[in-house]
Amino acid sequence: MGASATIAAPGWRDTWKHVRYVATDNPVTLGAFALFGFFLLLALFGPWIAPYDPLMSDTTVALKPPSAAHWFGTDSLGRDILSRIIVAAQLDFGIAVSAVFASFFLGSALGCLAGFYGGWADRIIGRIADTIMAFPLFVLAMGIVAALGNSVANIILATAIINLPFYIRVSRAEVNVRRNAGYVEAARLAGNSDARILALHLFPNVLPPMMVQISLNMGWAILNAAGLSFIGLGVRPPQAEWGIMVAEGATYIISGEWWIALFPGATLMLVVFTFNLLGDGLRDILDPRTRT
Amino acid sequence: MTPNLLDIVELRKHFPIGRRSQLHAVDDVSFEIARGESVGLVGESGCGKSTLVRLITRMLDPTAGDIVFGGRNIGFIPARKFAETQFRPKIQMVFQDPTDSLNPRYTAFDTIAEPLRLLAKVKDYGELHARVFAAALQTGLPEELLMRFPHQLSGGQKARVGIARAIALRPELLILDEPTAALDVSVQATILKLLAELRSTLGMSYLFVSHDLNVVRMLCDRVIVMYLGKVVEQGPTEAVFRSPAHPYTAALIRAIPSIGGRPGDREVLSGEPRSPVDPDPKVCRFFGRCPKQVDRCRTERPLLREVGEKHRAACHFPQVEPEA
Repeated sequence: MGASATIAAPGWRDTWKHVRYVATDNPVTLGAFALFGFFLLLALFGPWIAPYDPLMSDTTVALKPPSAAHWFGTDSLGRDILSRIIVAAQLDFGIAVSAVFASFFLGSALGCLAGFYGGWADRIIGRIADTIMAFPLFVLAMGIVAALGNSVANIILATAIINLPFYIRVSRAEVNVRRNAGYVEAARLAGNSDARILALHLFPNVLPPMMVQISLNMGWAILNAAGLSFIGLGVRPPQAEWGIMVAEGATYIISGEWWIALFPGATLMLVVFTFNLLGDGLRDILDPRTRT
Repeated sequence: MTPNLLDIVELRKHFPIGRRSQLHAVDDVSFEIARGESVGLVGESGCGKSTLVRLITRMLDPTAGDIVFGGRNIGFIPARKFAETQFRPKIQMVFQDPTDSLNPRYTAFDTIAEPLRLLAKVKDYGELHARVFAAALQTGLPEELLMRFPHQLSGGQKARVGIARAIALRPELLILDEPTAALDVSVQATILKLLAELRSTLGMSYLFVSHDLNVVRMLCDRVIVMYLGKVVEQGPTEAVFRSPAHPYTAALIRAIPSIGGRPGDREVLSGEPRSPVDPDPKVCRFFGRCPKQVDRCRTERPLLREVGEKHRAACHFPQVEPEA
């Protein structure tokens, strides 16, 4: 039908215009998106971009400082550090994205239920969150990985579990303040079931603050995965991973080979920084009230 | 005589407070609304207006009493199941705050279309489109605003979206919960005029909740005055305004601001309202604030009785209508 086309088309164009507006209005957001895009490229196409095989050792060039051939230098086995950093992006991002999305979906579902129904649902879900929060989170993650075994799946699981309370709390609080809003009551009169009200009326409205949480957590999740690998839990050598690379390089700092730990460490820092800035931009894009 | 659209019979809603106490939000309220009639419901904050509205819209289950709508008792249908019944599209509501009652992530079109999709089961996009546009036209909402989000609309436009959503289903009973309280005075007038027009063109009955008595006088055929969960007076609007029988109604009407009136002219009620928690059944609810109170008001609760044609008040000493 003709009318439907005229209605649907401007919707998409408006959304795109809005994304462009938010990005250009705030140069910091634009920078964060650019950096994020850059890291995403590394994660997706790392093995093709990397100049050397990340696992190939060549003892003739071991422990060489940055040079034209090896921009970030080489490690004790003569592996190219730049290549290892690039290839590691896939693993680190994969862990962070899977863990954060697992805790986002489970945490916001639980939090929405707790905030919407209150009573026993709220008490039980709230106590689960409190129990997780009662542990020092990194120690809890260490415990989970140590108990379940050293594998990537278990790092993801541990990272997801320690991030769960943040999503439960944010979504619970945001749903709770909105559950008596006029539009929820109006939605009931319009024939919505509880499930529809939660999914279509409340959840989209709590999404903007959740987005900030996702982005902040993404940085933490990467740090957490790297931290676990650093202390020897999680990803095992010789696989390229930023945390392991920092751990391997740490022993050489004293003897003057600073580049082995510095470059993966700086990469980690930059990634966490990017995610933190990205959160603000995402919130602006998802909140219809910032649309002009 | 044609049967009424809505008969409320001794409707009661008590909320438990702690282990023993009960808050009597709505206490044995009875009234009726005829087809096409506009009834005003007035009373101060906390008198049970909102609870009564939530009971009638079936968002809340009554403790006791009947809600008879079109000859069928709908008071027994649990609020949770009510959306699936044939009655849901027939009882709709316009909310008090047009900003709060619109989902910020829904366009005006989505908001108006939702009840049509869910309750009228309109699947075909062309029909949906036509019906949303018709509702927008009836409420004076320009078509080009339908794709906007609530924050891109003015207060009056948002109010029109809320009204369009409620009338899109052609309800038989429209409940208006202070529909103009959050609007500018100039916008109020146009919205009230719109509501009056809609009632005559669509033949709906109105239950108009307000504490703006001038609005009630303008729009309603009959008025019901509530005080602490009880109906204290009800009758034809003109009769109630001309000769209020209950001292509370009289005080409300005296409190209407008027041009030329001086602040000192008004008699202000003293004292605090009685507690709605476990009220003594023998004491008049207005006791303690009433200028006419005597000992009898503390030992025998007054019941609603006739003071004029279809005009009833719950007072031992009503101001009887003067013979016309």
